[in-house]
Amino acid sequence: MAEVKITGLHKRYGAFHAVRGIDLDIRDGEFTVLVGPSGCGKSTLLRTIAGLEEISEGTIEIGGEVVNDFRPRDRDVAMVFQDYALYPHMTVAKNIGFGLKARKMPKAEVETRVGEAARMLGITALLGRFPRQLSGGQRQRVAIGRAIVRSPRIFLFDEPLSNLDAQLRDEMRGEIKRLHQDIATTMIYVTHDQIEAMTLADRIVLMRDGVIEQQGTPLDLFERPASTFVAGFLGSPRMNFLAGTLTLSGGAAAIRLSDLLLPVAPGRNLDGATDGQAVLLGLRPEHMTRARGEKPAEGMFRQEATIDLLQPTGSRSYATFRLSGAPVMAELQAHDVSRPGERLPIDINMSRASIFDAASERAL
Amino acid sequence: MTAVAPARRRKRRSIPIGRILLLGFFLIFVLWPLYWMFNTSIKPSDDYLTVPPVWFPSAPTLVHYKAALFIYRGLDGLINSLIISLSATVLSALLGTLMAYSLARYNTGGQHLSFWVLSQRFLPPIGIVLPVFLIYRQVGLYDTHVGLIIAYTVFTLPVSVWMMFAYFRGMPKSMEEAALVDGCTRWEAFWRVAVPLAAPGIVAAAVFAFIACWTEFFFALILTSRTAFTLPTVFRAFIGFQGAQYGEAAALAIVSLVPSIALGVLAQRHLVRGLTLGAVRG
Repeated sequence: MAEVKITGLHKRYGAFHAVRGIDLDIRDGEFTVLVGPSGCGKSTLLRTIAGLEEISEGTIEIGGEVVNDFRPRDRDVAMVFQDYALYPHMTVAKNIGFGLKARKMPKAEVETRVGEAARMLGITALLGRFPRQLSGGQRQRVAIGRAIVRSPRIFLFDEPLSNLDAQLRDEMRGEIKRLHQDIATTMIYVTHDQIEAMTLADRIVLMRDGVIEQQGTPLDLFERPASTFVAGFLGSPRMNFLAGTLTLSGGAAAIRLSDLLLPVAPGRNLDGATDGQAVLLGLRPEHMTRARGEKPAEGMFRQEATIDLLQPTGSRSYATFRLSGAPVMAELQAHDVSRPGERLPIDINMSRASIFDAASERAL
Repeated sequence: MTAVAPARRRKRRSIPIGRILLLGFFLIFVLWPLYWMFNTSIKPSDDYLTVPPVWFPSAPTLVHYKAALFIYRGLDGLINSLIISLSATVLSALLGTLMAYSLARYNTGGQHLSFWVLSQRFLPPIGIVLPVFLIYRQVGLYDTHVGLIIAYTVFTLPVSVWMMFAYFRGMPKSMEEAALVDGCTRWEAFWRVAVPLAAPGIVAAAVFAFIACWTEFFFALILTSRTAFTLPTVFRAFIGFQGAQYGEAAALAIVSLVPSIALGVLAQRHLVRGLTLGAVRG
C-alpha cells in the first residue's frame, strides 16, 4: 500500500521526447487508469514507475521515498504485461512462486501463498501445467496471480486485456475491478480502450503526446471535458462537433450554426468568451432524444430532422441526420425511430452540451 | 462425413511411386559414400582397386583400424580433437551467449560492434596463420592444447555470437522484465529466464561451433606438431610416396564420424525440446 508522486517527469529516447513533463499524485489504494492513443507516452510512464525505464528528468516517489535510482526489484511493485510474459519453461505454480523464490522466501511459505493466490483466481487445477497449455484467459489469470502473490505496494497493468477476445475481455475487466475492491491496493492501469478506462478507474489520466491532457474522475472527464480531444476520446459513439459562432448580444447567449440559433443553457459560465467568437459545439449522441409533447422542456432545443442513416444495435439505434448541414449522430431508443428517411422532431439537451473555442479546442 | 471417408481411404491406399523413387535416389546419394567408406575400411588391402569392385568383402578385417588408431596415432588425434573441440565449443557458447545478450539487450557498441564481430570472419584465415604461428612459438602456445583451444574459440565466436544475437533479439523482452519486477537482479533474470529460453539457440550455435572445430585442418596443421595434433591432421599421413592407405583413411574417417553423430542425436533432442517451449502469446 503506497501513494505515488511523480514530479516533472521527462523521458527522452535520443531525439524522441516520449514523456514531456508529467506531474501526478496517485493516492493510496486508488485505481488510476492512464489512457490515450498509442504513442502518447502512457506505457513509458508506467515503465518508469516500474523501474524498467530510466527517467531523463524529474522524480518518482513511492510511499514517500524517491525511487529514481531503485532497481525494479527494490520498488516492491508488481506488473502484469500485455503479452502476460509468463515464463514458458516453468509450471504455473513455479511462475506464480517465482517472485517469492527470488526473494528467498522459505519453500513451505511459497507453496502456501501460491495456493492461496491460485484459489483466489480459480486456477488451482492449472498449477501443474505449463503456460503453453493454457488459454489466453487462463494465462492472464496466472499473470495476475504472479502479481498478487507478492502483496506488492503497487500493481501496474500494461494493457493486460488487449490480447483477449471481446467476451473474455469484459469478463476479466470485471475480475480486475473486483480484485481492486477486495485488496484495495494502489493500481495503475494503462489502456487505450476508453471503456476500460471509464469502467475501472477511480481516476482517469488522459494523455496525449507525452503530457497529461486532463485528469479526474471518469464522470468529470466525461461531463466536463477540458478539450475536444478529451471529449472525442471518451464516449462511444463519439461526441458530435459542430462549428459555429457565439453570440452574446441581446441578453441570452446562443450559438449560431449556419442557419440555426441554438440558445446556450442559462446559468452557463461563459467568462472570457467574446461575442462573435468561433466555437465548436459538442453534442453527445445520448443527449439527443425524440421529442415528446407540445413544447420542449427547459434547456432543450427542438429541431425537425430527416434520418439519413440508421444503425440499430438492439436496445438503441444510432441515427444520423443533418443539423444545419453538418452530419450529427444521435443515440435514440430503438422504438423511437424505424427507418432511414423518417422525419421526426429531435430534442437536443443544450444544458449538457460542451462548448469549445474553435482555435485552441479548449473548453470555454 | 460419409462422403469424405471413402475418398480418404482411397488416397491412403495409393502408393506414391514418384515420392518413393525420389527418396530412394536421395538415400543412395547420401548413404552410398558412407557405405563405400565402411566397406573400404574392412577390406583387405588387395581388394581396394580391383575391377570389378568388391561389393561385400569376403574376409573382413580390422587391421586398418588398428593401424590407423595405433601406428598412425589416430587414437591420440581423436583424444586431442575431443579435448580441443569440446573445450572450444563450451568456451565459444559461454562467451558467445554473454556477448550476444549484451549486444541484443544493452545495444552494446551501438550498431557497429555487432557487425565488427561478424567482420572478423571476412579475413581469409590464411592471412593470419603465419603471424599466429610466430606469436604462438614465441609465447609457448605452439603445439599445445590450450593454443588450439584459444584459436578455435576465437574463430567460432563470431558465428556463435551472431546466431545467438539473432535469437535473443527475437525473444520478447517482457519475460526478463517480469523477472526484474518479480525480484531478480539483472544477472538472475539473464541466468534463470533468458538462458533457459535461448537454450535452442545456444545448442544450435554450439553444434555449429563443434562441427567447425572438429573438421578444421589448416590451423591444426600449422600450429601443432607431435603433441596437440588433431584428427584431421592425421589423414595427411595416409597419402605418401608409396601410394595411398585407403583402408586406414576409411577406418579413421568412420571413427571420426562417431562423435559427430552422437552430438547430432543429442542436440536434436535438445533442439526439439527447446522448440516445443513455443510462443506464449494468446
